[in-house]
Amino acid sequence: MIDLAIQVGQTAKPEAALFWILAPLSVAAALGMLLVKKAVHSAILMAFMMISLAIFYIAQDAPFLGIVQVVVYTGAVMMLFLFILMLVGVDSSDSLTETIKGLRPIAITAAVGFGGLMISLLGRATLGRTSVGLESANAAGNVQGIATLLFSTYVWPFEVVSALLITAALGSMVLAHHHRIQTRPTQRELSIQRFRSGSLANAAGLPAPGVFARHNAVDVPALLPDGTAAAASVNASLKARGDVLNSKVFELGTVDTSVEEEK
Amino acid sequence: MDAANYLYLSALLFTIGAVGVVVRRNAIVVFMCIELMLNAANLSFVTFSRINGDLNGQVIAFFTMVVAACEVVVGLAIIVTIYRSRRSASIDDASLLKR
Repeated sequence: MIDLAIQVGQTAKPEAALFWILAPLSVAAALGMLLVKKAVHSAILMAFMMISLAIFYIAQDAPFLGIVQVVVYTGAVMMLFLFILMLVGVDSSDSLTETIKGLRPIAITAAVGFGGLMISLLGRATLGRTSVGLESANAAGNVQGIATLLFSTYVWPFEVVSALLITAALGSMVLAHHHRIQTRPTQRELSIQRFRSGSLANAAGLPAPGVFARHNAVDVPALLPDGTAAAASVNASLKARGDVLNSKVFELGTVDTSVEEEK
Repeated sequence: MDAANYLYLSALLFTIGAVGVVVRRNAIVVFMCIELMLNAANLSFVTFSRINGDLNGQVIAFFTMVVAACEVVVGLAIIVTIYRSRRSASIDDASLLKR
């Protein structure tokens, strides 16, 4: 009996260490998700949380789920989140100000109540029970065990889930699709419009940046024959950001033509 | 180590996720908090699977992951659609039904 206890204690020790290191970190990451201002930081903390959950799965004899967690969640789902974050950008909704009065204290009170209820419930329900462990269930391998269940007992839900996946893919395509209000102008129409719109200065297209200037980066305007800068040669958004350089900066002064005498 | 510790952790994470859904205004962060709640439920499934020595819990967790992936795809498409018409990802702004 004592031998068994020692054995159990020894085998459980690394897992306990793992748990007590990783569990507080994952709870801290989850709390940080609520408290940080920027959505991108929330996403990073979420990725950390998901990886630590994957480690917990692997520690609990569920290696297949642990790897699926890394591949599906931190790989696919978090990338999707980051894509959408880049698409939507940062706006006022990132601020942490309270818009509905008294929402935050109510939410925290409710959370403390709910969490306390759950934890006290768990404390009572699992009191005195020891876990069976998955050694016998995983005897033929974890993946094989899950596959056996998936393709026998759960084969119908599995097929339904495939229908769900296809529906979700189609649904997201329908939602993301949008109709043009006007038809797209053809190249011919654009060309005609260019020649008919008043001046012929831009008929051959806008001037490229850096032409005749001594520097050819996109933030340096081209120079007109009289030496003035051509404003149309620089991207409008660069101008709006104030990132346009003056072409004069790159002008050479008097060219140094002196040659040192060789000795 | 008692496997019940994982259940306590799961309850904590679920509660934190629920608070996030209520408190945060950015639709994407709210969505991430929903994912957090789903993940917490998955951790419970895996832990119960271990406590009972039965792989059924892991299969259910697998199904939860698939459904969560579907939900993320559709939900983010909805967020993008709302953002396109309203130029905002705040959940407080989308209150047209109220008026």
